Amino acid sequence: MEKNINITVKVWRQNGPKEKGRFETHKVNNVSIDTSFLEMLDILNEQLINENKEPVAFDHDCREGICGMCSLYINGRPHGPDDDVTTCQLHMRKFKDGQTVTIEPWRSAAFPVIKDLIVDRRAFDKIIAAGGYVSVNTGGIPDANSIGIPKADADEAMDSASCIGCGACVAACKNGSAMLFVSAKVSHLAMLPQGRIEGARRAKAMVAKMDELGFGNCTNTGACEVECPKNISLSNIARLNREFLSAKFQD
Amino acid sequence: MSKINARIPEGPLAQKWTDYKDHQKLVNPSNKRKLDIIIVGTGLAGASAAASLGEMGFNVKSFCIQDSPRRAHSIAAQGGINAAKNYPNDGDSVFRLFYDTIKGGDYRAREANVHRLAEVSNSIIDQCVAQGVPFAREYGGLLDNRSFGGAQVSRTFYAKGQTGQQLLLGAYQALMRQVELGSVTMHTRSELVDIVIVDGKARGIIARDLVTGELTRHFAHAVVLATGGYGNTFFLSTNAMGSNGSAIIKAFHKGAMFANPCYVQIHPTCIPVHGEFQSKLTLMSESLRNDGRIWVPKKKEDAEAIRSGKMKPSQLSEEERDYYLERRYPTFGNLVPRDVASRAAKERCDAGFGVGATGLAVYLDFKSSIDRLGQKTIEERYGNLFQMYEKIVDENPYETPMMIYPAIHYVMGGLWVDYELQTNIQGLFCCGEANFSDHGANRLGASALMQGLADGYFVLPYTIQNYLADDIATKRMTTNEPEFTEAENAVKARLEKLKSIQGNRSVDSIHKEFGLVMWDFVGMSRNKKGLQEAIEKIAVIKKEFWTNVRIPGNMTGMNIELEKASRLADFIEIGDLIARDALSREESCGGHFREEYQTPEGEALRKDDLFAYVSCWEFKGNDVAPELHKEELIYESVKMVQRNYK
Repeated sequence: MEKNINITVKVWRQNGPKEKGRFETHKVNNVSIDTSFLEMLDILNEQLINENKEPVAFDHDCREGICGMCSLYINGRPHGPDDDVTTCQLHMRKFKDGQTVTIEPWRSAAFPVIKDLIVDRRAFDKIIAAGGYVSVNTGGIPDANSIGIPKADADEAMDSASCIGCGACVAACKNGSAMLFVSAKVSHLAMLPQGRIEGARRAKAMVAKMDELGFGNCTNTGACEVECPKNISLSNIARLNREFLSAKFQD
Repeated sequence: MSKINARIPEGPLAQKWTDYKDHQKLVNPSNKRKLDIIIVGTGLAGASAAASLGEMGFNVKSFCIQDSPRRAHSIAAQGGINAAKNYPNDGDSVFRLFYDTIKGGDYRAREANVHRLAEVSNSIIDQCVAQGVPFAREYGGLLDNRSFGGAQVSRTFYAKGQTGQQLLLGAYQALMRQVELGSVTMHTRSELVDIVIVDGKARGIIARDLVTGELTRHFAHAVVLATGGYGNTFFLSTNAMGSNGSAIIKAFHKGAMFANPCYVQIHPTCIPVHGEFQSKLTLMSESLRNDGRIWVPKKKEDAEAIRSGKMKPSQLSEEERDYYLERRYPTFGNLVPRDVASRAAKERCDAGFGVGATGLAVYLDFKSSIDRLGQKTIEERYGNLFQMYEKIVDENPYETPMMIYPAIHYVMGGLWVDYELQTNIQGLFCCGEANFSDHGANRLGASALMQGLADGYFVLPYTIQNYLADDIATKRMTTNEPEFTEAENAVKARLEKLKSIQGNRSVDSIHKEFGLVMWDFVGMSRNKKGLQEAIEKIAVIKKEFWTNVRIPGNMTGMNIELEKASRLADFIEIGDLIARDALSREESCGGHFREEYQTPEGEALRKDDLFAYVSCWEFKGNDVAPELHKEELIYESVKMVQRNYK
């Protein structure tokens, strides 16, 4: 039933990538527990605007957990205290009356801060551009049902393909590794006959790009899998390692 | 001569597209390299067009407002994509898909465009499979289909409840491949703020870098807008927070016609509104109506008891429930088109049978399907949707029926385009939801993805060449031309004006007030008096906005409030257009329901003798009423009849 809580928000403010950041503390009172976390930030921003202050900048778009735009490191966890959700689907019922909520941007060398809680994740696009696709042009394609794919493979590929590219895996990793992100794409395509053909080249190119962009190494801590809002499995990393090794042997 | 010429090719309907392609002008490979194309938006239409044109060898400049092209709101489409493959052998065909789309659109779409859409639908599925889109499959390894509203065949391909995501990632990956190959230049966090016209032709855009606040000039031989719909005019909608109508309003200001603005789709199955700080509404896919049954209590006392929390829905027996869609429409049942399902829900709630704390909700119940198929099957089909519902509402839909209510979801209206997807400004093209062309007055489920990809993969890459072939001699411009300078100065002046208002109200507070006027007077049902009142109220809100909005921060650097303010100013104009269009259309059709025009059973009553046309609005100046032009709709292959889903 309807219940309201008061919270203290400790939020990261930073004017630009080269500026020094700091925490700012604000009270947000009388928030309905049915409010989403981002709606709570909307309320805070409305307060700030009414006080003639600059609102907190944060990334968000679809607000239904699929676009991958929202981020936020909340009380030490990417996407906050609830499991299997993005920040936009986190609700205030997961917080207690009187609680202090600390909000920080993703912290990773490969994701520089643009402003406040917004980071630059274009490194992910560059990794995809390096090889995260099947090299087919539009048109001249055989009938869709000319390739049969076992249901189990299609389902598994779908699980890997459900990565939303939010970057929580990188933010959760003490090494700032993008292995879960890269492996999800490599696995999705490697499991399908259409993508199998370029499997070796793709794995090598994407891993090389990841290394070049300053992401850290994977030391199998598994933190990425725990924090992934879409439950992308660590088994993808194992598959990437196999793909990568067999590609190396082919060289 | 009329300003409206759809330039539909001659010949029999089924031959038009083939004949067009056989005779259109093409650009040879060495000339393609010399031609620049700007594509604004990276949703299904924009990303697929950018990738395809890049592959062909054109020099493409792609723009999106998000941090990555992969974020566009197509990603949130859940249920599926239609195609006339007839894999299930249930009698589907290109003609049937065409016919269902025309009928679903309540006979207000252009026949030739819709037939082409149905023709290319099958190639889309082939293309996506080749890209590695993991569509759902049967145990035999072939593709699975599900059914959707407004059709009696199963023609919808899907990837769990994330079809839009998977199709968009396919297009995005194809796009990034072209970025890597150098044929596409990507501009992220960049917003179109004006279109540059030189000698009557679209020759470029002014963009605002959302990180630095800098205005930048970009030349192209042709400009394509694929910027999606304007559903956020209503503040609360299922659209992403950033979705906006600004690009098409800029085109409108430059002389492009805005077609059918009042055709707004209200989706029947969304999670109901919960409170005043709600920022958006969440859709529950139409595919749920395959296995969910919609009902409200038969007796008002029971509805009241449920609303006050004294009774649970599970306590009501089958006889005490009113499965009102199955009752009113036995043939289509829960799978009637969206406009019909939405109005039926409103009718029951207005009559006092609604549930939920506000009484503005109906049940979508999976119990009989779970009993029939088992929870595991339902979980496989809709698991992610059920999880999403539970996270938002904090109730388990496997045990308690979902509560749903209609919400603004999609717009059928948009920029007017001809058969080639070109607006009435030469060199300015428009595809996907941003144009008006294929859905008439109501879009069928799983057809938005089909149209976006049809336009981007298979239509625009052909038709744009017919225009560009005459432009191969045009040299690239430097962007120092007076037209670019003028456009940039006008944008700068407008943004400075917004910033200088320094009033007392946040952008959102004005947008919420405006959105409520839109929903109450220009929403699911409309009438003359209400629409006239809305137009006056919108004018008052417009004045309030331009005198009392407050935008903190600076002109340089990232300023999200400034972005929002600029978009709201445009939404207010669109709101005015929607209301004017709704007022002038004195009939009910599809998503446009005028209370004065209904059958005795409460169904939409069209007036084909008077209104079988596309309303095309021409901008006449700020605070001046726009001028209405008409494109007559002529049906050669189907007969216009009263829609019947009984």
